Amino acid sequence: MNDFLHLKKNLKKDFSGLKPIKVAVLGDSATQFLVQALRGTGYDFGYDLNVFEAEFNQIDQQVLDPTSELYEFQAEVVLIFQATHKLLQKYNKKLNQTGFQNLSGFAEDTLAHTKQLISTLQSKTNAKIIFCNYTEEDDRVFGQYANKVEASFVYQLRKLNFLTEELAGQTGNLYICDLSTIQNTIGRETFWAPNVYTNTEMVVSIDALPHFAQAVLQIIAAFQGSFKKCVILDLDNTVWGGVIGDDGLENIQIGQLGIGKAFTEFQYWVKKLQQRGIILAVCSKNTESIAKEPFEKHPDMVLKLADIAVFVANWENKADNIRKIQKILNIGFDSMVFLDDNPFERNIVRENVPGITVPELPEDPALYLDYLYSLNLFETISHSGEDAQRTQQYQKEAERVIFQEAFTNEDDFLKSLDMISDTKPFDNFSIPRVAQLSQRSNQFNLRTIRYTEDDVKRIAQSDKYVTFSFTLEDKFGDNGLICAVILEKRDAQTPENKTLFIDTWFMSCRVLKRGVEAYTLNTIVDWAKVNGYATVVGEYVPTPKNEMVRDHYKNLGFASKGGVWALDVATYENKTNYITRK
Amino acid sequence: MDKQEILSQVQDIFRDVLDEENIHLTDETTANDVEEWDSLTHIQIIVAIEKKLKIKFTSKEILSWKNIGEMVETIQSKLVA
Repeated sequence: MNDFLHLKKNLKKDFSGLKPIKVAVLGDSATQFLVQALRGTGYDFGYDLNVFEAEFNQIDQQVLDPTSELYEFQAEVVLIFQATHKLLQKYNKKLNQTGFQNLSGFAEDTLAHTKQLISTLQSKTNAKIIFCNYTEEDDRVFGQYANKVEASFVYQLRKLNFLTEELAGQTGNLYICDLSTIQNTIGRETFWAPNVYTNTEMVVSIDALPHFAQAVLQIIAAFQGSFKKCVILDLDNTVWGGVIGDDGLENIQIGQLGIGKAFTEFQYWVKKLQQRGIILAVCSKNTESIAKEPFEKHPDMVLKLADIAVFVANWENKADNIRKIQKILNIGFDSMVFLDDNPFERNIVRENVPGITVPELPEDPALYLDYLYSLNLFETISHSGEDAQRTQQYQKEAERVIFQEAFTNEDDFLKSLDMISDTKPFDNFSIPRVAQLSQRSNQFNLRTIRYTEDDVKRIAQSDKYVTFSFTLEDKFGDNGLICAVILEKRDAQTPENKTLFIDTWFMSCRVLKRGVEAYTLNTIVDWAKVNGYATVVGEYVPTPKNEMVRDHYKNLGFASKGGVWALDVATYENKTNYITRK
Repeated sequence: MDKQEILSQVQDIFRDVLDEENIHLTDETTANDVEEWDSLTHIQIIVAIEKKLKIKFTSKEILSWKNIGEMVETIQSKLVA
């Protein structure tokens, strides 16, 4: 972890070229250092945070007054940080006035206030809200018996954190920065410096600030669509102890005994990631049949072959193998994590595969998990039921790659796939997945506007927009929802001026080169024609990642027109593809 | 550690925290003499001294010093004890 001084020195560096993000910071304690830490950490993340820092203890005024500086600032992200110590002061005051019998509702009252702040913010802005939970502080008035006393401070504090989590679960655009876990990890003595607090109203110590800022930036980075999608695993001494090729199936270390325990627990963790939707791949220097043997035969293996989307075991160098895995998965290297016990392999991969994350696993396998926890590599801002099926979809993709090699003619291959698309306006089933894809798609994304679930819901209900979501199913399996378009109706006085603007068009890279682009455009133009629109207009907004679609509209026959791309509906001829509408 | 050594270590910390190599501290130096030394950076300096010399200042001490000399005296008393 970088120290605060490093972050402060970052502030003097050149921020030009970094992505600007407007963040409002509202706190009930002194936040000057926090703001510096946020900006400094932002630099390391590649963001130029433009911060509005509200005056000390002005949360309510800023949120409830519609003419406040907060709303004028038009933040993309609002960070609300209310300190436990301030909460304790409120509790103390209330106790003084009313006695313990009236404090059983303290958490609920506080939550009601939070709810009011959040719903006011939501009604006035589309900003995403990051709300810090409370670090634990026990006044020890009841000793450990406090856990049995509803009115005790620690009881109410924990209840409040729990209620806030519940609220966040039900509230789109509300995300929790888990300060409580940070304090549990670095310790209260590090987190809280009473001598500094007494003189400054600062409730987070200088040593804790970088942890705090990093946690906030991890959430902000996830808002920007930057997160990990895949873990690539070495096998020997990473997934099990020992070397399968030398030691044999009976002698590798795994299970409940000794160091085997560490590997088993590691596997359970990786399995959880897989169930959450992280793709697993194997990259091992081994003979393939030998490398697969434990997965097939060892009774203590938690991970099974079915959990692994792409399995590469050979004697080639790992950087090349990871490139091969990347080709099949079609996701950016910066969304991949490579776990290998061998420092030599780690270095080769780190040096030859730009962007990939390669954690410096500790030498002792017993320490793997705590070290990986500390990195918090898998921040996300959405979770859907479809996540768990992702492995299967990528396994199918690997099969398709092999199947395709049998065809010399691209059209014959596509025809043979028997592709079907369920094409319809966004509905309650598709909205969560559309929102998620809107967050995740970086490469095939024409304007890269990130929509949350609430945003998508609003658009789906608005009569100013037309929406389509597309699934793709073929003989190998169902890819699920893989593409979405949002069309804005730009009506005009005369029919010949009626324009349909493509606000959003993104697609999962899993289905590149299947004709989905042609099928999608046919769908758009078809709707435009039936509803009397003369022109379809598209725009390409470049980002560091969407170079792939720079010529998208040109390739589809749009004409360049004043910075955007226009297509005449009347003269459009349907583009050939081999996808049937369901 | 004698006062001169403490002063020199404190000076290193000032230079590091304030990112300014041309700071020269004497016993008589006050916050008015060092441009970047304000109430905020003061806290950073205090915490850096605490860390480097493995001491803790009391809340009262943090705001009690009129000049560097008094600060060094407090530090010395803590190092002896």
